Amino acid sequence: MIRRLWPPLLVVVVGLAAWQLYVETGGVDDLVLASPSQIATALWDDRSLLLDNLWVTAQEVGFGVLIALVAGLVLAVAIDSFDVLRRALYPLLVGSQAVPLVILAPLLVYWFGFGILPKLLIIALICFFPVVVTTFDGLRAVDPDLRKLMRTLDAGRWQAFRLTELPAALPAALSGTRIAVAIAVIGAVLAEQSGSTSGLGHLMLQAIPNLDTPRAYAAVVVMALFAIVLFYALGVAERRLLSYRPESS
Amino acid sequence: MTTSMTMEGVTRRFGAVVALEDVTIRVGSGEVVAVVGPSGCGKSTLLELVCGLLEPDSGTVEGPPAVLMPQRDLLLPWLRALDNASLALRIGGLRPDEARARARPLFERLGLGGFEDARPHELSGGMRQRVAFARTLLAAKPLLCLDEPFGALDALTRSDLQGWLAGALAQEPRSVLLVTHDVEEAAVLADRILVLSPRPGRVVAELEVGAPRPRAPTDSAVLDARVGAMEALR
Repeated sequence: MIRRLWPPLLVVVVGLAAWQLYVETGGVDDLVLASPSQIATALWDDRSLLLDNLWVTAQEVGFGVLIALVAGLVLAVAIDSFDVLRRALYPLLVGSQAVPLVILAPLLVYWFGFGILPKLLIIALICFFPVVVTTFDGLRAVDPDLRKLMRTLDAGRWQAFRLTELPAALPAALSGTRIAVAIAVIGAVLAEQSGSTSGLGHLMLQAIPNLDTPRAYAAVVVMALFAIVLFYALGVAERRLLSYRPESS
Repeated sequence: MTTSMTMEGVTRRFGAVVALEDVTIRVGSGEVVAVVGPSGCGKSTLLELVCGLLEPDSGTVEGPPAVLMPQRDLLLPWLRALDNASLALRIGGLRPDEARARARPLFERLGLGGFEDARPHELSGGMRQRVAFARTLLAAKPLLCLDEPFGALDALTRSDLQGWLAGALAQEPRSVLLVTHDVEEAAVLADRILVLSPRPGRVVAELEVGAPRPRAPTDSAVLDARVGAMEALR
């Protein structure tokens, strides 16, 4: 364990030391870049403020990803099952990712107000795409011979889906979910930019004009840690769900 | 012998390619019929027609429900060996534990006892093929369609499994349509051998293997059938 931990730790320690030195020797104005010690102090002093706002952002991320998952899985199954839907919807799904959120966010706020709903929709909009694409590819990759075998075993469409296609596509769907979770946090910050009263993104955006750079950086640190925890928690869930695989993969 | 499956004058094309032309095959009840032929003579097409996965362009296929055992085992990696074998029972509506309980006696009779909880990736190619055969038997259909069941195995494992399959069919008599490119396999396992020509596939010879099963590869009837089939293939 220690053998595996010390290389990344060493990188972090050296990096932090260099950063500290850079700010303290006047290489950069500390209004632009806070030093690690200032950020650490802000993390400690603002801990309850940061935790309260983390809770808001965490809810947005959690429910946003959930909506993205449900929508993504349903869409993937739909476009896999019906060729017409694939041809009709797939280009639109790709196109939806090109619509800048600055365009979309005011509209969502206009429709749904300043509550949590427009934030959930923005996060879901960013996150459903990797889920759809990976799950769809996973479903597509199911062996045609396996489909034939299931037919001669008298499996109906639903049984074939439940017993073979869904489990076969699960690894791909989980990969998509991991990508979704990693980008959901930045999605929450974007969502909070347009009309919100709390959340880590909101806290950060307020701290910058107030010249409270250490607090803004502290919020970034908390968000990064949150993303890392989510990502690895999903990795643990993935290993449990896919425990049938050989050890090497 | 009562007839189990009749394929009468069947032709099947894929676009401009004629895969099978005017093929007539009968499989008697409890009979093992082997179809041998070079690669690309429409052997797999033949089995898909018998299993109802394809429709003939002309001619008729009549017979009982048939189950396919594909060349690749296609075991589901997320299921244990016994659950893979009992897949048809799950499809038939049994709960996983009921399906396991029902499948267990046959699993043991086929010499697979002790491997119930193995994952497919933990099994050798030969063992995987045995589990796939157990899955085929447990589909409980009167006609088994075996598509080069041992084609992907090494020679030693293959002859080992041919002996095993002969024993399994002695225990669990079924009508079998066996497709293979291995003339020895056909002569050891089958009562009758049909030889298909290269594309378009047509039946060019029919040979009775005149000895009761099980047989050894060195039996004179097996050797005679091999010689006859090889000549027809030439």
